[in-house]
Amino acid sequence: MSTELTDPAVSPPAESGSAPTRRTFIATTTVAGGAALAGGLVAVPLPGSVEAAAAETPHGSRVSLTVNGVRHTVTIDNRTSLLDLLREHLDLTGSKKGCNAGACGACTVLVDGRRVNSCLTLTVRLDGAEVTTIEGLAKGDRLHPLQQAFIDQDAFQCGYCTPGQIMSGVACVQEGHTGSAEEIREWMSGNICRCGCYVKIERAVQQTAGRK
Amino acid sequence: MSPQPQAAVGAAVPRVDARLRVTGQAKYAADNNPDGVVHAVIVDSGVGRGRITGIDTRAAEAEKGVLKVISHLNAPELPPVEGQFPPGKPLQPFQDDRIRFFGQPVAVVVATTLEIAQHAASLVKVCYDAQRPATDLAAADPAGEPETYARGDADEALDSAAVRLDMTYRTARNHHNAMEAAGLVARWDGDKLTLWEKSQATQYTAFGMSGALGMPPDDIHVISPFIGGAFGNAFSTWPHSVIAAVAAREVQRPVKLALTRKQLYFGVGYRPAYEYELSLGSNRRGCLTASAHDVRAETSRYETHIEDVLVPGRMLYSTPNVRQAYRHVPLDVNTPTWMRGPGYASGAFPVESAMDELAHELGLDPIELRLRNEPADDESTNLPFSTRRLRECYRVGAREFGWQRRRPKPRSRREGDWLIGMGMAAGVYDTARSESRTSVRLDADGTALLQAATADMGAGTATSMTQLAADALGLPMRRVTFRLGDSRLPPAAGHFGSQTMASVGSSVQDGCDKLRRQAIELAVGDEESPLHGVDPAGIVVQGGRLHVKDDPARGETYRRLLARNNRTHLEAMGSYAGAPESAKFSFYAYAATFTEVAVDARLGLVRVRRMVGVYDAGRIISPALADSQALGAMTGGIGQALLEHTVTDHRDGRIVNANLADYLVPTHADIPELKAIYIDGEDYEADPIGVKGLGEIVLVGVAPAIANAVFNATGRRIRELPIKPEALL
Repeated sequence: MSTELTDPAVSPPAESGSAPTRRTFIATTTVAGGAALAGGLVAVPLPGSVEAAAAETPHGSRVSLTVNGVRHTVTIDNRTSLLDLLREHLDLTGSKKGCNAGACGACTVLVDGRRVNSCLTLTVRLDGAEVTTIEGLAKGDRLHPLQQAFIDQDAFQCGYCTPGQIMSGVACVQEGHTGSAEEIREWMSGNICRCGCYVKIERAVQQTAGRK
Repeated sequence: MSPQPQAAVGAAVPRVDARLRVTGQAKYAADNNPDGVVHAVIVDSGVGRGRITGIDTRAAEAEKGVLKVISHLNAPELPPVEGQFPPGKPLQPFQDDRIRFFGQPVAVVVATTLEIAQHAASLVKVCYDAQRPATDLAAADPAGEPETYARGDADEALDSAAVRLDMTYRTARNHHNAMEAAGLVARWDGDKLTLWEKSQATQYTAFGMSGALGMPPDDIHVISPFIGGAFGNAFSTWPHSVIAAVAAREVQRPVKLALTRKQLYFGVGYRPAYEYELSLGSNRRGCLTASAHDVRAETSRYETHIEDVLVPGRMLYSTPNVRQAYRHVPLDVNTPTWMRGPGYASGAFPVESAMDELAHELGLDPIELRLRNEPADDESTNLPFSTRRLRECYRVGAREFGWQRRRPKPRSRREGDWLIGMGMAAGVYDTARSESRTSVRLDADGTALLQAATADMGAGTATSMTQLAADALGLPMRRVTFRLGDSRLPPAAGHFGSQTMASVGSSVQDGCDKLRRQAIELAVGDEESPLHGVDPAGIVVQGGRLHVKDDPARGETYRRLLARNNRTHLEAMGSYAGAPESAKFSFYAYAATFTEVAVDARLGLVRVRRMVGVYDAGRIISPALADSQALGAMTGGIGQALLEHTVTDHRDGRIVNANLADYLVPTHADIPELKAIYIDGEDYEADPIGVKGLGEIVLVGVAPAIANAVFNATGRRIRELPIKPEALL
């Protein structure tokens, strides 16, 4: 079942069932049985306390997922959202916590190519998933066209919602929901910008869609 | 005025920190993960007034990974604080068993992970002796002496007025709801405290925290290079910041504490609700003869929040007789605070709605009525205006918007189910300035570094300061760096009250002018310089090269000059003294906002179709950034007018829509094309760089313009914000 998550043809993870998969069940059993081993696949040094956390809670699971092209195998508290995994354990703090309830979009990332609210996505359900965050969008020094468009249009002020707006905008363009200003506005409405840069965000998405 | 040529100022340039913000590299407060950081979660009071009779923390403490649970039963004693701004006694966390408002912090759980802390916080059991709180502004009495103002005899003039209107307006409580929740990371190193805190004024924060913790401000280092929006709620010292510092000291580890979205509704301040009774008297020609303003505002029982809600009503229009009273109604709530356009944005709604009502009553065009009451000077202070280009704002706005197409008779334009209307309103906001310093350093490699302890909550402070500095130093922008957001930098104005550019910008200008003159003096005194002996007044710097103004071939670069003189760098301290004690002028920025709305005749739904704002904000340093601020304020104003409303259940004082799904803010689909126009002009009476501030003025007047358009569309005068569909059914 976990392999479904890598297949974009099926339901996005946020809509898939909540029952533990066979793999997470086994991982949970392993953790409960003794010291948690994160395996040899952890690709970056973890600044947070993934191992300590798992050791201190009986509610841990081992999950392998790819973030921005880097494979991570982590033993993680079952309650940890993808957003908290990124921010507190992988030191990818570009994804922001605005409401932690799926209402603002500041945490938007791509999971298997689809935009999701990472605050509402549990990490344990992402075994095998491919995650792209704002940190993974540029190719080296070369910005993604939408990142450049945000700069060109001055499509942000404080910048806090910006990572989520850009990730959502990338998906909006890919989905083809850019036929008109109204369509862009409709399909970007899950991302709140309190500084009120909507007019310019719409222009930035328009600019990027026009280049395609 | 600088003798330097302008290249960067006035140009639409990208933000200097844009790349960091679009790649996720900008570090906001809670993005910091210092070694060993642990997490704190606050337990909120579940009653709105009363006393804590017991706290059971055993289950929470039994959770693996929980390091400490702190409540009034075991919290360290904190010094009592006497607040001046606002007056009162700021809430010091965990000092007694009293509950002052629903959601007040009653305990904090510190644990090794956020998940453990969150779960353990849910296990803390608190028992209360609860009383019914008073949270309804309409049902409570004011306390203390009202703030009053009077000129002439308003009551007599109202009684004898040919036309008299008496109205009551109400505005809802609004929450800033910046995208970044208030939060911080606190770390102790011995007696020294480091706070990675979202702060509009790092030195205010250090000062406030020093009072709350009873320690010297110099021992507190506040770091806040990026702020995820604030709009006024990130410079007071809120209880959660004190809690994080206390928790970090107790567990001897760095502590991260970010309020949840829900906790923001009682953990930080808000724009208070108002009731504003307004009477206008005029003659038949529309000349105002009198106005009376009776204002009631909510505040907490422990602090009295004050803001300039009365100012628009006393100086925007010529009125010989004015009487005003501003009364505070203490409630069982947390203390309000300043929110974008504080006071003015609340006061402009009644004043500008009333002018529209009077225009309708007299059969006058709303712009014509305003022109007939345009004052010659500031009648509240008898001072001349430094600059006031409000007439020009009306003229340009009317032309750009197409005001002549407005039908004076309400409810006379319909498109299917939609009733279409146009409205306008004026706005005014004080030009604040305060003392600031900025250090300027020019290195031998021809790059410059400027530093000041101001902040940027989204306006683009570093960018606009870099523009100013680049021109004043004669350098390209890419060779200038402006550092802010650190309490150890030279003291500078906080980033609030639309004062940043006037205050910090003036110190930037001064520091750069001093440094440039130093370099010029060095050159003219240097026998080996091609500029030796030249009159310093005739030398300018462009592209890092000093040259004779009328003979560009004669000159040399900063780099050559410094290298030859064996100077590693030049430095200067720029300073600005702030507004003088006794003003010779009345300093304000002005706005005229025009809008067209469509109202669904059957559903009462209001949609803003377009908006044009025209501003007299003095000189514009950074047009692209100024444009973004104005469009953002129009968006916020649409929220204030149509959506934003903090709803309290008065039975127990809880806020029932404390989230971003039920507290409605504008989204993409709510916002049409918006247009901002800044009237050319500068105000060198206000400050040396000629600016009047623009972050607030762009909001003031948006909500009444929408309300006036709704009246024009429907014939229904809604005197309460937000304008909800049910009010139009």
